[in-house]
Amino acid sequence: MRSGNPAGSGDRPRADRGLAERVADGEIRAVARLISHLEDGDPAAEEAMRALRGRHGKAHLIGITGPPGSGKSTLTDKLIGVFRSRGARVGVLAVDPSSPFTGGAILGDRLRMQGHATDEGVFIRSLASRGRLGGLSRATQAAARVLDAAGYDYVVIETVGVGQSEVDIVKIADTVALVSVPGLGDDIQVIKAGIMEIGDVFVVNKSDREGSDRVVREIRGMLETAASLKRSALPPPVDSLRGRGSVTGPGYQASAPSAAAPGADAPASATEVAPAPGAITMSPEELAHHLTESAYNVNLAADPELPPVLKTVAETGEGVEALADAIIAHRRGLEASGKLVERRLEGIRAEMRGLIAFRLLDALEGGAGRSREDALARAVLAGGEDVYGAAEELFAALSKGGMP
Amino acid sequence: MDKKIRVLVAKPGLDGHDRGAKVIARALRDDGMEVIYTGLRQTPEQIVTAAIQEDVDVVALSILSGAHNHLFPRVTELLVEKGAGDILVIGGGVIPEADYDFLKSKGVAAVFGPGTPTKSTIDFIRNNIKRK
Ligand SMILES: Nc1nc2c(ncn2[C@@H]2O[C@H](COP(=O)(O)OP(=O)(O)OP(=O)(O)O)[C@@H](O)[C@H]2O)c(=O)[nH]1
Ligand SMILES: [Mg+2]
Repeated sequence: MRSGNPAGSGDRPRADRGLAERVADGEIRAVARLISHLEDGDPAAEEAMRALRGRHGKAHLIGITGPPGSGKSTLTDKLIGVFRSRGARVGVLAVDPSSPFTGGAILGDRLRMQGHATDEGVFIRSLASRGRLGGLSRATQAAARVLDAAGYDYVVIETVGVGQSEVDIVKIADTVALVSVPGLGDDIQVIKAGIMEIGDVFVVNKSDREGSDRVVREIRGMLETAASLKRSALPPPVDSLRGRGSVTGPGYQASAPSAAAPGADAPASATEVAPAPGAITMSPEELAHHLTESAYNVNLAADPELPPVLKTVAETGEGVEALADAIIAHRRGLEASGKLVERRLEGIRAEMRGLIAFRLLDALEGGAGRSREDALARAVLAGGEDVYGAAEELFAALSKGGMP
Repeated sequence: MDKKIRVLVAKPGLDGHDRGAKVIARALRDDGMEVIYTGLRQTPEQIVTAAIQEDVDVVALSILSGAHNHLFPRVTELLVEKGAGDILVIGGGVIPEADYDFLKSKGVAAVFGPGTPTKSTIDFIRNNIKRK
């Protein structure tokens, strides 16, 4: 167990206050320590999380995922800047894989976020996946909740989009931004089957490079195909037909909802909307015309026919303001349609399942579990037992509360 | 429980390259530790903030530029000031042996000169971290 620390003038921890209370007060050391306890599976974590229940749910949880080196950390750095300039506090969880051989890891995402290294309104934590199931660390979801409870308005979760992590992230984040870049070959590397669905906002980063427009077109094409496949399976809703074609520009998608609901209960409001490079720009009159169709706009925000596709140059920050707006607009849409609750319920269900799975695996990997497993495996090999029967027996022993 | 040793490998000062720091970072990873790497030209304030947010057990400072007598003590001071004096601080890079005692008196637990086998650093960490 990691020990507590004596009071220091920086954070002013007081020995008489519990970890949870210190986290709720936003005390940095307590937040950091609770995340460690979560990672380590320390029983102190469970106690603190129980005490913190009901304190979360306010933060906007944002997933940033995409292939290695696509600029996720640099984008996150610039997003922090945008959110900070609007007065919001930002937490970041940057997840990198652990070595499957040694269990060690080099966590380098923070390197790109040093511009905010000493900003009190920014908390950055690197997590190693330590993974057995999926690419995210088992503590990621709970750590996001801790940052939420500690008062961070936005929690950005960076994960590498390889293997399982991009599917996991959708269970944690309210909004998933899927990052791709030009020049990684003919196929859109990120947009493999099934991965498309998890993107709420699509980002083509490194748009200073050649070929970014082509990537944008390819993504739009795939999104349109997916949408029309869905439509042909269902009777077409009138609104969706009306929405197509005219309102797919990222600038529009990004700006309309925040202009329609300025500052509405979100932690920060978009005061100025910079159109993304390549966005369809509208005159104020045109924009006003669109906004008067408010019911339509609510629909657009709530159930956008096509997710926005935005070009960014993370290195210079170009397009990142529009990305921030699109991310905020997505969450507002979820709130307006009631889908935020649905999405979060699904996340909690997945988390509970994960906890059960981890408990079973922990029990299995503990000393008694391992020897029982070994004995059963030998029995299967020798032909005295079949694998289904063996699994059944193991499962029965485990679900009775650990191994004998 | 599955506790991991977490180490911040940091380069304070104005060094132009970080080959040595990367070698030690990889060695620690290969030993099963989680290494947070923050790159070149870190200020003591940046290092200490990162150490606290990352809740590391160890801060490993590497420096070539010769400013260690100024920068290392600044890191240990700030850690104590922020209530994180329990974090083990070690140093490496190009540091004259004549400075070792001074640095130790300022709270740097050990200094590893060039050519120290990484194994010695790993053993030192494992034997001296204050938590667990
Ligand atoms: N040309 C160009 N380079 C960029 C841009 N954004 C990021 N980069 C560079 O791309 C490299 C990788 O950036 P990161 O932000 O570390 O990418 P990442 O996706 O977080 O990488 P991993 O976490 O390792 O998967 C760095 O050298 C960045 O400077 C951009 O918009 N244009
Ligand atoms: Mg990164």
